[in-house]
Amino acid sequence: MNTSKKVGALVLVELGASGFSLINLKVMGALARLGEFTSLEVDLLVAGKDCAAAAAMAARVPGIRQVLLADDDRCEHQLPETLAPWLAHLAQDYAYVCVGATTFGKNLLPRIAALMDLQPVTDVVAIESANEFKRPVYAGSALAHLRTEQSIKLLSIRASAFGEVALGESSAEVVAITPPPSQTISRFISQQQVQSERPELTAARVVVSGGRGMQAGENFQLLYQLADKLGAAVGASRAAVDAGFVPNDMQVGQTGKVVAPELYIAVGLSGAVQHLAGMRDSRVVVAINKDADAPIFQAADYGLVADLFEAVPELIELL
Amino acid sequence: MKILVAIKRVVDPGVRVRPLADGSGMDIASAKMAMNPFCEIAVEEAIRLKEQGLASEVVVVSIGQQTVQDQLRSALALGADRALHITTESILEPLAIAKVLHALVQKEQPQLVLLGKQSIDGDHNQTGQMLAGLCGYPQGTFVSHIECKGDEVWVTRELDGGLQTLALKLPAVVTTDLRLNQPRYPTMPNIMKARQKPLVVIPLAELGLSLQPRLQTISIDAPKARQQGIKVNSVAELVDKLRQEAKVL
Ligand SMILES: Cc1cc2nc3c(=O)[nH]c(=O)nc-3n(C[C@H](O)[C@H](O)[C@H](O)COP(=O)(O)OP(=O)(O)OC[C@H]3O[C@@H](n4cnc5c(N)ncnc54)[C@H](O)[C@@H]3O)c2cc1C
Ligand SMILES: Nc1ncnc2c1ncn2[C@@H]1O[C@H](COP(=O)(O)O)[C@@H](O)[C@H]1O
Repeated sequence: MNTSKKVGALVLVELGASGFSLINLKVMGALARLGEFTSLEVDLLVAGKDCAAAAAMAARVPGIRQVLLADDDRCEHQLPETLAPWLAHLAQDYAYVCVGATTFGKNLLPRIAALMDLQPVTDVVAIESANEFKRPVYAGSALAHLRTEQSIKLLSIRASAFGEVALGESSAEVVAITPPPSQTISRFISQQQVQSERPELTAARVVVSGGRGMQAGENFQLLYQLADKLGAAVGASRAAVDAGFVPNDMQVGQTGKVVAPELYIAVGLSGAVQHLAGMRDSRVVVAINKDADAPIFQAADYGLVADLFEAVPELIELL
Repeated sequence: MKILVAIKRVVDPGVRVRPLADGSGMDIASAKMAMNPFCEIAVEEAIRLKEQGLASEVVVVSIGQQTVQDQLRSALALGADRALHITTESILEPLAIAKVLHALVQKEQPQLVLLGKQSIDGDHNQTGQMLAGLCGYPQGTFVSHIECKGDEVWVTRELDGGLQTLALKLPAVVTTDLRLNQPRYPTMPNIMKARQKPLVVIPLAELGLSLQPRLQTISIDAPKARQQGIKVNSVAELVDKLRQEAKVL
């Protein structure tokens, strides 16, 4: 353990449909790793509307100093036009500002960075020292090992690369802070929140993904049945999303979600580099494809050359 | 309404790239190059807005070596009106690119700036958000639908948990996602015509910006390779392997 003077880290807490997101616990997992190199004092910032419950959850993150809470109309929907100038100011007191590399973090962190005249390190998958990080480039075809001497380090964390910390019982202090001033350049209109009974894609222990080979949206029922047997989440290739079989939030890959479950079952998808970028760190990969030469077999631990419309029902049967 | 579109030259998405053995970079010296796919979508959207009479002029800009003019010419062939090439031999970080674009926004005063959500080489997904911050403009990121409504642009954003619609006051910065549109191909006559369209070259130094890199690359290495797997002959064998060998069921 490092005993040098403590430095501050601020975590920008993501609020999901049901409050405190799991991703925040992964960000804490990354900070635990960072803590092996520098002694940290961590604050969690919760900015939103009606988010006291999320703040109470945040307060149960072990080892933190405090939760900063801005519960206010102005923070509703976390618009970056409102939050970024304010956070750029708050961030001055910290050595690290961290957020998950989700659409929330990707939207917000670069705007804060520009206002602070800083270059963030995004999609961090490994922490090598207090100022050295690794991030994937070229759809994960390579890992860039980077160093930065910037006095404030802005990091976005890939959930798939870090373990999550468990919430404890004791509770850190929740300190109310003044919310940001309002702005008039952007306005929230509406949100279509996806409701699913199944586990969240990036948090699931098992993921079943379908591609163009599924042929139609209704055929995804097969995968849902399989998923329900396995307690799995369901993902898709870009081709399946583009064809309108399933909604965009199911896309796994370079430009979609990155997952690293214990078991990934790829069904009727070819395994393009862009898709592999989103699942190559899964522990066990299964591919079901009727083309024996499909590239997905090179990334699979277990490959089954078969027609999915025969193999998947049989698989459901045997489980 | 004037639209500024930022486009980047990248390795063609169909090319499989690898890091150099010495860790100094990627082995791309002879790779086929292309316009970043997200930038193609941005150009297409700008042209559609012009065709609908909602935009008056489409200006495309790229920052990089001489060769980025290939992609600028493609954008002109697709229907952009004029091009700006900011010349530099350096690979700039997103913050630096955003600063250059900010300088151009001040000069050109576009109402809408379109960028790709992500360049497929660096996979940063930062430049649009940074530019919006520097300009003090609203931002619509990862956008799959755009609608102009008076002095606002309404954008639908692809989020991890669904779709979100925002109203942004113009001038605004919008970054494109894959589902925004399906880009067209240039026609032969338009490729010929594009040669006559204005392409202005501006040396980066003329913009008088300070753009020191903030990150040092120590090395670029291949990720850990996956172990070679096996083929199973039946669903029953697969289930057995998953239970007995992989122990994931
Ligand atoms: C900028 C950019 C970003 C991208 N981002 C992503 C991304 O994030 N995620 C992503 O997935 N892709 C992404 N792509 C797309 C990627 O390059 C591929 O086009 C896509 O992944 C292909 O999807 P697919 O495998 O479902 O389709 P295909 O490549 O068409 O493969 C379909 C497969 O199904 C098999 N099949 C067909 N019928 C059956 C059957 N009855 N039984 C068994 N097998 C069958 C076929 O043999 C084939 O291998 C991106 C591309 C670009 C250019
Ligand atoms: N060198 C460049 N020249 C012009 N535009 C760029 C350049 N680099 C990035 N951009 C723009 O910024 C977007 C996002 O890139 P990035 O933040 O690098 O992922 C790209 O899709 C382009 O629209």
